[in-house]
Amino acid sequence: MKYVDEYRDKKQCLRLASLINAQVKKNNYKIMEVCGTHTAAIHNFGLKNLLSKRIELISGPGCPVCVTSDGYLRNVLNLLKRKDILLATYQDMVKVPVDHTSLEQEKSRGADVRSVQSALEALDLARNNLKREVVFLGVGFETTAPGTAIAIKIAQKERIENFSVYSAHKVIPEALLALCADKTLEIEGFLLPGHVSVVIGVKGYRPVAKQVKIPCVIAGFQPLDILLSIYRLIEAINSKKPILENEYQRIVSENGNPRAKALLQEVFQKQDSLWRGLGVIPQSGLGIRKSFEKFDAFKKFKLKNEMISKVSGSSCLCADVLKGKLTPSACPLFVKKCNPLSPQGPCMVSREGTCRTYFEYRQN
Amino acid sequence: MDKITLSHGSGGVLTQELISKIFLKVFKNPYLDALDDAAIFALSKHHYALTTDSFVVDPIIFPGGDIGKLAVCGTVNDLASCAAEPKFLTAGFILEEGLSFDILNKIVVSMSRQAKAAGVEIVTGDTKVVPRGKVDKIFINTTGVGMVKKRLSSSCIRPGDKILINGCIAQHGLSILLKRQNFSYSVAIKSDCNPLWGIVKLLLNANIDIRFMRDPTRGGVSSAMNEIATACRYSFLLQDSQIPVDNSCRHLGEILGLELLDIANEGKMLFFVNPKDAHRALRIMRSHPCGKNAAMIGETLVEKKSRVYLKTAVGGLRVVGSPLGESLPRIC
Repeated sequence: MKYVDEYRDKKQCLRLASLINAQVKKNNYKIMEVCGTHTAAIHNFGLKNLLSKRIELISGPGCPVCVTSDGYLRNVLNLLKRKDILLATYQDMVKVPVDHTSLEQEKSRGADVRSVQSALEALDLARNNLKREVVFLGVGFETTAPGTAIAIKIAQKERIENFSVYSAHKVIPEALLALCADKTLEIEGFLLPGHVSVVIGVKGYRPVAKQVKIPCVIAGFQPLDILLSIYRLIEAINSKKPILENEYQRIVSENGNPRAKALLQEVFQKQDSLWRGLGVIPQSGLGIRKSFEKFDAFKKFKLKNEMISKVSGSSCLCADVLKGKLTPSACPLFVKKCNPLSPQGPCMVSREGTCRTYFEYRQN
Repeated sequence: MDKITLSHGSGGVLTQELISKIFLKVFKNPYLDALDDAAIFALSKHHYALTTDSFVVDPIIFPGGDIGKLAVCGTVNDLASCAAEPKFLTAGFILEEGLSFDILNKIVVSMSRQAKAAGVEIVTGDTKVVPRGKVDKIFINTTGVGMVKKRLSSSCIRPGDKILINGCIAQHGLSILLKRQNFSYSVAIKSDCNPLWGIVKLLLNANIDIRFMRDPTRGGVSSAMNEIATACRYSFLLQDSQIPVDNSCRHLGEILGLELLDIANEGKMLFFVNPKDAHRALRIMRSHPCGKNAAMIGETLVEKKSRVYLKTAVGGLRVVGSPLGESLPRIC
């Protein structure tokens, strides 16, 4: 398979891993992979097993389901009390626990919750169910947001009035700032998410990279991509150089995807957003612009303020996991009380969630 | 959780929980407690295997098969995995008002064809029709009786035993997925749905020292391997690079980010074989149409931790977990 097999070459991987290990000069390197897909790939290919124990790969908040706040979900549950609502969502969201229930459980009690693969599929549901109010849960980063934007634009053009989006879309660069501002984390380098970078380009990180002053490398998702990026990060950490490099050049360009960026600009505007575990991060969310407010479920159904989190008192430590302060296996709930069958927090739900990845691959 | 969710039917951990907490608790008896694919019992001098399975696959006709073919193969393969020669099948049909005769006929003909191929007779049946919307087109239940040729058990597995599979994995699940989602994928992936008694019989007749067999259906190879590991307590080591995967499946798995080890098969069997017979078994399997791509994919370790390890293609090592829940319901 072109663009896959050559990046999984065993000899090259082993060679690169030994080059990385030869570079290790101090006791501990803290590198955060921001993206959940990276976390999954690192486990899937057993890469930690190839690297020196002194390289600590911390999983970051880059899983859309995991960072969606409980306030948002509570609003969704309230929405479901209306009998005319047809809720369309990505599959991962249905299992997230909130207030002792979940969308899956509400569904088994009769709520109309449908899994879709895209916002356009949700739009189809609206076309085919004219008597119902179809609400699409817009979650995800710069990767899924353009798709939501397209659906909203089509809905406006075709005047599909029973369609709306409840946006929890978020952007990555602002989250990096927030992570770096937390001095207890001591992150020394970021493995930047490849997919988000396809949209925003290297340029999308430039302002943030200047502020965080630690090495950042945009990485692809094949083993060689990841290893090469780690190699560059370790080198930069050793020489104390705050680089911003693109190791995923076969797909990521300096300017990103202009069409996707234009869509984001046209339909969304940045606003403060509550991230599960990270709190409110200024200008890190994407709200629907006034010109499209007819399709904004938040306004249409007059939802309550979603910026209030009520999970802080519970024993779920997802917040610390999302920040990389705690590895899932160190959480007292891990496996015994919290597993994909009875998840206590969102990190155990999504396939990109850190806890779920640790569980699936039984990593300690 | 107080209600049945679709995940309870996934064949994963929730299904196990449903079985043990609801059915096993009430129906408790030594035959059922073994929780094998079929119950083994003795009548006069012989041992027989009895198994039942219901089929609700959506769509009812898919590339490589249909619900009828599946209903015969599924039950025949459950018997085959207990080294039992399939003898008789029953067939129960629940039909939805409005189902066309054409489709029903096609399904029944397909059942008959598969039954012949597997050397089994469909000897009794039942039909119910329910109002529109009460079932989806057609549901089939088949029950099968077979004569046990060799007593197998997961407790026969020993360290060093080789793990063999008779071909490429994940074809059934992916073919259903493609058909259902209407993906415009350039290659049609055909389900591997096929009766496996033929290949099992070949191995038994050649006196291959088979220790245990399991057909990795719902939950795929990961689920089957984990169940066996739990039952026999040994750990297993699989070699990613040795697991046969068809190119079109591999590509689709890459695109959709699917773990192929978790995906259902309907014409595959995992064989645990005495290492001295492993190569001979492989040669025999490859001589059969259902085993052209047979491969040795791993071995049993000395360690007794009930774990399934995978040596990844790039040389790393990881644990393969049992899939939980099912992203795709009604695959069989």
